[in-house]
Amino acid sequence: MIHHQLIVVGGGLAGLRAAIEAKDAGVDVAILSQVHPGRSHSGAAQGGVNAALANHPEGHDDNPEKHAFDTVKGSDYLADQHAALQMTTDAVPAIYELEHMGCPFSRFDDGRIAQRPFGGAGYPRTCYGADKTGQYMLHTLVEQAYKRHITMYIEWFVCRLIVEDGVCRGVVAYSMTKGGFEEFRGEAVIIATGGAGRTYSTTTNAIISTGGGAAMAYHAGVPLKDMEFVQFHPTTLYTTHILMTEGCRGEGGYLLNRDGERFMAKYAPKAMELAPRDITARAIQTEIDEGRGIDGKAYVYLDLRHLGAEKLAERLPGTRDLAIHFEGVDPVYEPIPIVPGQHYTMGGIDTDVDGRTSMPGLLAAGECACVSVHGANRLGGNSLLETIVFGRRAGTAAARDILGHERSSGPDGNVGAAAAAVEAYVDDLASREGTEDAYAVREEMTEVMRAHFGIFRDEATMKAGLDKLVALKARLKKAKLRHTGGVWNLDMIRTMELEGMLDVALAIASGALVRTESRGSHARTDWDKRDDERWLRHTLACYEGDDPPKLDYTPVDMGLFEPQERKY
Amino acid sequence: MSDVTFRIKRFDPASGEPPFYQDFVVPVEGSMTVLEGLFAIQEQQDGSLAFRYCCRSSICGSCAMYINGRYRLACQTNILHMGVDRVTVEPLPHMPIVRDLVWDMDDFFAKYEAIKPWLIRNSELPDTELTQSPTERHKLNMPIDCILCAACYSSCPSVWTEQNYLGPAALLKAYRFEVDSRDEGGKERLPRWDNERGVYRCHTITNCSEACPKELNPTEGIQWLKRAAVRRRLLGHKK
Repeated sequence: MIHHQLIVVGGGLAGLRAAIEAKDAGVDVAILSQVHPGRSHSGAAQGGVNAALANHPEGHDDNPEKHAFDTVKGSDYLADQHAALQMTTDAVPAIYELEHMGCPFSRFDDGRIAQRPFGGAGYPRTCYGADKTGQYMLHTLVEQAYKRHITMYIEWFVCRLIVEDGVCRGVVAYSMTKGGFEEFRGEAVIIATGGAGRTYSTTTNAIISTGGGAAMAYHAGVPLKDMEFVQFHPTTLYTTHILMTEGCRGEGGYLLNRDGERFMAKYAPKAMELAPRDITARAIQTEIDEGRGIDGKAYVYLDLRHLGAEKLAERLPGTRDLAIHFEGVDPVYEPIPIVPGQHYTMGGIDTDVDGRTSMPGLLAAGECACVSVHGANRLGGNSLLETIVFGRRAGTAAARDILGHERSSGPDGNVGAAAAAVEAYVDDLASREGTEDAYAVREEMTEVMRAHFGIFRDEATMKAGLDKLVALKARLKKAKLRHTGGVWNLDMIRTMELEGMLDVALAIASGALVRTESRGSHARTDWDKRDDERWLRHTLACYEGDDPPKLDYTPVDMGLFEPQERKY
Repeated sequence: MSDVTFRIKRFDPASGEPPFYQDFVVPVEGSMTVLEGLFAIQEQQDGSLAFRYCCRSSICGSCAMYINGRYRLACQTNILHMGVDRVTVEPLPHMPIVRDLVWDMDDFFAKYEAIKPWLIRNSELPDTELTQSPTERHKLNMPIDCILCAACYSSCPSVWTEQNYLGPAALLKAYRFEVDSRDEGGKERLPRWDNERGVYRCHTITNCSEACPKELNPTEGIQWLKRAAVRRRLLGHKK
C-alpha cells in the first residue's frame, strides 16, 4: 500500500493543474498516469484556449460576461449559467498564469498574447500557440510539475476506486513497467482521465481516451451527467479522423462541396465556416448525405490554399504536417479531404464548480467531468480552458478538504482487500469460456456508436443500437484474457478498459434514446426541435449493473441568459 | 491488400532468455501505419506483444521506434509507402528494455529534469502577460516543438558511450529556455549543462537532427549553447 494525501488519476492538463494547486497548498500529492504526463491527450489540442483578454484589435470590448453568453448560447442553453460565468471569469487570470509559467503563446506585434476568431464566438478571443496550443500548455504544466517535485507514478494503469462506507479512499492500479497491482490510499482522489472518444470508431481522440476514469466513478455509484451529448468535430482527416483544427477556419479557411460552393452560406449565413461545431458538422454531413461530397464520395474539402504558404507556416504548421503525413495532401497546393468525426465528450462525472462529486473524497476535473459548462455543445477553445480552470478549482477544493481534516491519515483495516479483489477479477477474466473475442466486441461497439449514435439520430436506429450494445456486453463476459501476468500486459489493460467503455457507451445510448428533442449535438430527425418545456434539464445516468442505467434528471442553472433560438 | 511481414524484436528481461526476432504476417491496406500493424498483431496473433502508444497523430512522442533501420514514429509511418514487404521493428536502440518495444524512460527524463526545464523568473510578475515580440517568440519555434520521443537521445553515439551525458533532448530543452526572452534562469541553469556531461560531450555527429521525426535540429541548439557559454565566460552573464 502506498499513501499520499491526494491521488490524482491522469496526468493531462486538468490533472497536472490540480496537482500543482494542491502541492502549492502544502498537500502531499501524487499523480498516477497510464502514460508519461507529457504524452497525455491534452497535447493533441491544436487551435487554442478562450479567454476574454481583449488583446485582439476587434475584441477590445470583450469581457467574461460576453464569453459566458457565447458559451451558454453555444451549449444550446444546457450549460449551467453561473458555472459558465465562473469559467470565463477565471479564464483571464488562468491564461496570464500559464503565460507566466512559460507557455509559448503566439504574439501580436505589441508583444501581447495573440488571439484568433473561433466558432460560435462573438469576439476573437482564442489565445493560441501556432496550432499546437495543447502541446505547449501541456509541456508547460509538465515542467511546472517537475519544478515542484510532484510525485508522478508514470505508466500505472488505474483500474478501480477504493470505496469504503460510501467514501472514496483511494485507487487500485497496475504497474505497467513492474507488473502487479498496488493500492494507493489517500484522503481524496481527483479523476482527470479525459474523454471517451474511443467508444466511437471515427474519433480524433487518442487511443487512451477510453473514458476509464468516468467508468470507474460510474461503477462506484457516481452518476454520469449528459452523456448523450457527444461532439463531432466538423473537420477531421478523411482516412484517419485526425483533427484539423478549427483554427483553420478561424484563419479564414473555406469549406467546399462538390460544386466548389461555400455551402455554409445555406446553414449559417452570418457566421459561415465559424458557426459552432454542431451546426457545422451537421452541414457537412448533410452535404455528404445529399450527394454533394467531392466526386460523390463521403467527404468535403477544407480549403486553405488562399491563405498562402507564409500564413500556413506561421499559424498552421502542424496542420500542414498532419495533412501531408496522414492524408498525403499538402494544404498549400491542395484542398484537404475532411469529414466530421467524434471529438469531445460533453457529458461526464457529475461535479459542481469545485470538482466535487456526490461521493465524499472523490473529485473530478477536465473532459471526464461534467460541471456543466458545455451543455449540449462545447465551443472550440473552451476545453483547454476547462482543464486549467476546473483542474485548479478541484485542486483547491481537495486541498481544503484534506488540510481541514483533523484525523490522522494512517492506513485502515481493509488494506489489501481492494487489490486482492482486482487480482481475483483478473483471474476470473483469465478463466472465462473464451468463446468470444474481446477485440471483435470492441470493434463492433465502436461501429455501433458511430452508426447508431452519430450526428443524426432517430428512435428506431438508436433502439437497435442500444440492443446491440446490450448483446455486446453479454458477449464480452465470454471473452477471456490471452495473456496473463507480467509487465506491460496490453491484453489485460485493453480487456479491462473495454468493460468500462461498454458501460459508458450504454450511458450515452440510454440518455440519447429517451431525450425526445434536438439540442446542440443531439440532433434527432424524428424530434427536430429543441423542447425547453420538457428537456431543459440534465440527464443523470446511474449504473445498475447488468441492467441499463437508471435515468434521473436535474434542473439547469439559469438566471443570466434567457433561452433563445440559436442563429449564427 | 497485400501481406507484409513484421519482424519484431522481442525481449522479456525477466525471462532470462536473450532477445529474439519473431515474424508476423499482417494483411496491409491503404493508410495502415506501423502502429496499426502492431495493434493488428497484438489483437489477432499475439496478445503478449508490448509497445507504447497514445495519440496516433505524431504529437505525444510515445511510439518512437527503430523501423527498417530508421528512427521513426510508428504512428506516422505508412507501411505501404515504405515500399517493402518486410518491416523490421525494434525498440529505440541502446536503451534498457522493459519488454519488447518498450524501453525504460527513467534516465531520459531524469536528464530532462536535471537541466531545470522550466521558466525561471526572479523579478516581479506583471498583472497581465509578460510581453514578448513576435521576433523574440520566433526563436522558440524550433525547440518548443520537441515531443520528447527520445529518438535523438537513442541515436547519439555520445549517449551510447557516456551514460551521464545529458543528451540532445535535455540540451535542446535548455536551449529552449536560454533563448526565451522571458527567462532569467541563465546563471542558475548554466552549471547544469556547461560541463563534461553537458554540451562539451556533443561532438556534432548530428545523428540527433537526422533522427528527429519532427525534423528539429538539436545540434543547432547545442552549438548555440556552447557559443553562449564561451561568451559568458569571456564577457560575464547577461541574465
